[in-house]
Amino acid sequence: MDFLEAFLITVVTASTPLLLAALGELIVERSGVLNLGVEGMMVMGAVCGFGAALLSGNPWLGVLAAILAGMALAALFGVLTMGFATNQVATGLALTLLGIGLSGLVGESFIGKPGRAMQALPIPLLSEIPLIGPVLFARDPLVYLSFGLLALVSWFLFRSKPGLILRAIGDNPESAHMLGYPVLRVRFLAILFGGGMAGLGGGYLSLAYTPLWAEGMTAGRGWIALALVVFATWLPSRLLAGAYLFGLMTILGFHAQAAGLGIPSQFLSSLPYLATIVVLVIISRRKALVAAHSPASIGRSFVPTH
Amino acid sequence: MRLELEKRPERSARMAIASPFLAVALTLVVGAMIFAAIGVNPARGLYVLFVEPLTQGWSLQELVVKATPLVLIACGLLVCYLANTWNIGAEGQFVMGGVVGSILPVLLPDFANPLTLPLMLVMGVLGGMAWAAIPAFLKVRFGTNEILTSLMLVYVAQLFLDWLVRGPWRDPAGYNFPESRVFSAAASMPVLGDGRMSIGAIIALLVVAALAVLLSRTLKGFEIKVLGQAPRAGAFAGFSQKKMVVFAFLLAGGLAGLAGIMEVSGSIGQLLPTISPGYGFAAIIVAFLGRLNPLGALVAGLVLALSYIGGESAQIALGVSEKITRVFQGMLLFFVLACDTLILYRFRLVRSAPATA
Repeated sequence: MDFLEAFLITVVTASTPLLLAALGELIVERSGVLNLGVEGMMVMGAVCGFGAALLSGNPWLGVLAAILAGMALAALFGVLTMGFATNQVATGLALTLLGIGLSGLVGESFIGKPGRAMQALPIPLLSEIPLIGPVLFARDPLVYLSFGLLALVSWFLFRSKPGLILRAIGDNPESAHMLGYPVLRVRFLAILFGGGMAGLGGGYLSLAYTPLWAEGMTAGRGWIALALVVFATWLPSRLLAGAYLFGLMTILGFHAQAAGLGIPSQFLSSLPYLATIVVLVIISRRKALVAAHSPASIGRSFVPTH
Repeated sequence: MRLELEKRPERSARMAIASPFLAVALTLVVGAMIFAAIGVNPARGLYVLFVEPLTQGWSLQELVVKATPLVLIACGLLVCYLANTWNIGAEGQFVMGGVVGSILPVLLPDFANPLTLPLMLVMGVLGGMAWAAIPAFLKVRFGTNEILTSLMLVYVAQLFLDWLVRGPWRDPAGYNFPESRVFSAAASMPVLGDGRMSIGAIIALLVVAALAVLLSRTLKGFEIKVLGQAPRAGAFAGFSQKKMVVFAFLLAGGLAGLAGIMEVSGSIGQLLPTISPGYGFAAIIVAFLGRLNPLGALVAGLVLALSYIGGESAQIALGVSEKITRVFQGMLLFFVLACDTLILYRFRLVRSAPATA
């Protein structure tokens, strides 16, 4: 295994949790809801996934637990924002605070315990292609799932009727409501999907990326996922590029540390956060691009009137 | 049969006052359930968490010590939220205020005279302001989402502090521990009483009073509220949204920075890798629980400080992780937001299905 191959393998591993969480948030924001609780849902997914895998010995139960944990928190967010029409920004922040606190509480007994990592599942012929094979086709199943979900989300949003309805609700919920579409129910389902994906992304961290639990191990990835959705101007294809760009930056940071270049580790660790700011500035300068794709009603509460 | 939200003809004044109390009560109820679920007697758990800290002199002083930064930061944040700019980076502004304010005692420890502390406080304010100016500038110049930029800067600030205390600012006489030198008496906040309470508490009270006057009696306060609730009307009145973003962020950053340097020079006495147990985020809850009002924030700050102290004693007295504090705080914010809905809306039981087109 040469250096380039090993390098690319780690890039894929670093990018997958971001891609998963961002895909979920993309659907949520496309329906017109801004869920800032991605970080809280991701870290709960990480701790519940780790705990379930540890206690049962089966990483797949961990995956299930991670998804359900994310969905449970998202359901709480959904009840408040859809049922009580609370301010979406504040509710999302509350979700993050609750998720971080709850994960610390739940995960206390898991600290220091070794985890059960997901096994790699090489695809028979494709994994033998030089370079691309081991990097893309000899990975754990969640990596394949991330690509599959990307295709599914893309198809759903732009080639299916339910996806069209979702986008319509995101742009103009009042008109959609007049046409008889169940705005709150669709948004609630989107929120649940986003929660499941965020939980899955978090679960990937503790089940495949580094099979252990450490408090706050998401380290802001949920926020980066939110920035990614903006950076991708709410298009799944650009989301893939963005997620992998961030994965690349994270891995470059690690390798720079290992190479002993004399740059302080804290500076290298802050690169993903600084990069997030830079890409947000770049994308917000292109106002026409943002305006063309951003869901028009994002963040505004909708209360149906009859 | 469904529950539906129906807009009230006008804001319910009753609910506006009752809502925070209802939220606290609901938090206590769910808290009792959580205690029962983890095997702790609910009544004892709630007592240790919320009542016991009020029964002893030293813990009352600790309450003030913890409430001071919360109230200061929340005052700044509530101005931001009233103006509809979402400053989530108060934690980072707190840290940077602590760092910049510590330049004097760390780099020039022999400069110890009556000027030291005031200079430190001023520098702390400027440090927090400078850090808050970044997301404000990006928002005003490029339209960049201030939530994400201010939040990313929190992580950057924390990493910067970590680098400082492990590297260039590490105490040469500190046996390689990651901490700066201990501040001299001239660089420490004067103490009130026999505990850790400092004059910072008085400064916080003055800030609360000043902001209460600003918001209720001055044109600036009117400008803040109008731009937050009706930006178009504000524009017609000649108020500048962009200038308000800068004003709100600089004010919040300055207050957070002041809280930061006061915490470092008062309660801690030196720079450490972490100087805040999440004050910047808890202050968001304080701002909302206090209904975005400085006097409300004062009371709410004391409530949240109570949760911090209670959480610490829960660890000792009940064997429960002190992380229970964060859970309570998050739950409290959820309930505050839910109860606030009742101010503008009421619930109605609806029998028939809604009419479809």
